[in-house]
Amino acid sequence: MIEIVSTTALATVQDFGRFGSLGYGVGTSGAMDPLALALGNLLLGNPEDAAAIEIPMFAFDVRFIQDCAFAVTGAACEASLDGQPLPPNWVAQAREGQVLSLGYPSSGSRAYLCLPGGVDVPSVLGSRSTQLRGEFGGLHGRALQQGDRLAVLRPGVSTQPTDFGVVSPSQALPLQCDGLPAMRVLPAAEYAGFTDESRAAFWAGEWKVTPQSNRYGYRLEGAPILPKVPMEIRSHGIVPGVIQVPHGGQPIIQMRDAQPSGGYPKFGTVIEADLWRLGQAPIGSNVRFIECSYAEAVAALADNQRYLVEVRRLVDLHGLASR
Amino acid sequence: MSTASEPRISLLGSTALLFEAPGELDLAPQQRIWSLALQAGTWPEIQEAVPGMNNLMLTFLQPPRNLERVCERLLHAWDNCPPLPLEGRIVELPVVYGGEFGPHMADVVAHTGLDIETIANLHCEPLYPVYALGSHPGYCYLGGMDARLATPRRQVPVISIAAGSVSIGGVQTGVSASAGPSGWNTIGRTEMVFFDPTQNPPAMLRPGDMLRLRIERIIR
Repeated sequence: MIEIVSTTALATVQDFGRFGSLGYGVGTSGAMDPLALALGNLLLGNPEDAAAIEIPMFAFDVRFIQDCAFAVTGAACEASLDGQPLPPNWVAQAREGQVLSLGYPSSGSRAYLCLPGGVDVPSVLGSRSTQLRGEFGGLHGRALQQGDRLAVLRPGVSTQPTDFGVVSPSQALPLQCDGLPAMRVLPAAEYAGFTDESRAAFWAGEWKVTPQSNRYGYRLEGAPILPKVPMEIRSHGIVPGVIQVPHGGQPIIQMRDAQPSGGYPKFGTVIEADLWRLGQAPIGSNVRFIECSYAEAVAALADNQRYLVEVRRLVDLHGLASR
Repeated sequence: MSTASEPRISLLGSTALLFEAPGELDLAPQQRIWSLALQAGTWPEIQEAVPGMNNLMLTFLQPPRNLERVCERLLHAWDNCPPLPLEGRIVELPVVYGGEFGPHMADVVAHTGLDIETIANLHCEPLYPVYALGSHPGYCYLGGMDARLATPRRQVPVISIAAGSVSIGGVQTGVSASAGPSGWNTIGRTEMVFFDPTQNPPAMLRPGDMLRLRIERIIR
């Protein structure tokens, strides 16, 4: 059991997401940085998709009501346990009464607090992720509040090794364009319907993540993307990563809490393998986009998997060494 | 868009593909979309087959190595699939049109050149088949709106419209099941519980059900 001590905002329980209910209008939700979630879970010997706490605003403090191991991954925030600093992407053992504090990150924007076995909230429609719009999943279908207590599936003194860390996804899988974080994009159905100048400007330009960016979507600011002729499209299924362009010309990238359908023209889709990069792009920062093919998008997913396999191998080595 | 004569397949990253039926938005192609969804949902590489408005999204369990083969199979299935004439329940919904409940009524008046009375009457006239669910838990996309009411989606989506909002987006119309962002033009409000995650199925309406809207009041 842990207790949220800080007045916090927008922290939610997330796993990989809710799949199979799109036909009821239920979007997937799920971690904005699934690599960080998988990493934290691997450090604890959990299944990769165990539910954790996603933290987008800092400071964030929790008190351990009982002995409990934990891992903090994702944004490089200043983490400390009862004042003792912890390195990023680290697994540690907390004792009853100790307080974990997460400070403002020096890089990245979302931290994950992973716990042994995962956060113990009910699975709704196959997932523990918080569905904010539907007000279900997670803890009572809402963001966490000061005083909330969350049960942990495997509390106690860990039988797994603790006090070690691994290399972060951003170090293991760097991707930049002219010094800015970059994401690969696969063109979508209406790509050809935008003007040549707009298309060229999209790939060449810097895009600012505006303050109207959240788990639903990232509203970007840059040179307007204009259609050759106005496009009015029938509503259809969409997925996180889809870059919609409303008539105003400023793109919106659908994120994990996005609607499962929409009808604004689609410029492209940020590939699944790179969505975690966007999930870590802070508000006010600039990003770039790189055009890619379907084969490259599939290969990028395999790269992410290789990183997680390597993490699993390192965790296993620590286990052997500590016997 | 998509009044092309051939179906169109496009990619949504490596996560899903989108199949768009040719021709005008209508119930007959939608019945074939329902049929296609039923088939494609059983294919091994497909996680979920999600009907839209005369289109179908297929999400992948794993991105298919041979995408061409999936596309060919889909086109072949479309050419051969019989319509699935779902006939569900008829549900009546009272709607208050205009005023505080229809914050974008003025935009629809301006675009269509019709007065509020005419808009409400035309909007209540059809028996609307639920074509598909989407947008948010329990939301229904309805087919068969009078084409004279068609109004483009908004230049910039609004951050939140209320639960029960009755709205128009292009040639489509629908009723919001909960409060949230929308790019559609809200012309009225109704009250109904559309979704309960503890029920099976969790959505109260399903494709093929029919909505009968009734004018409860018009605020001029």
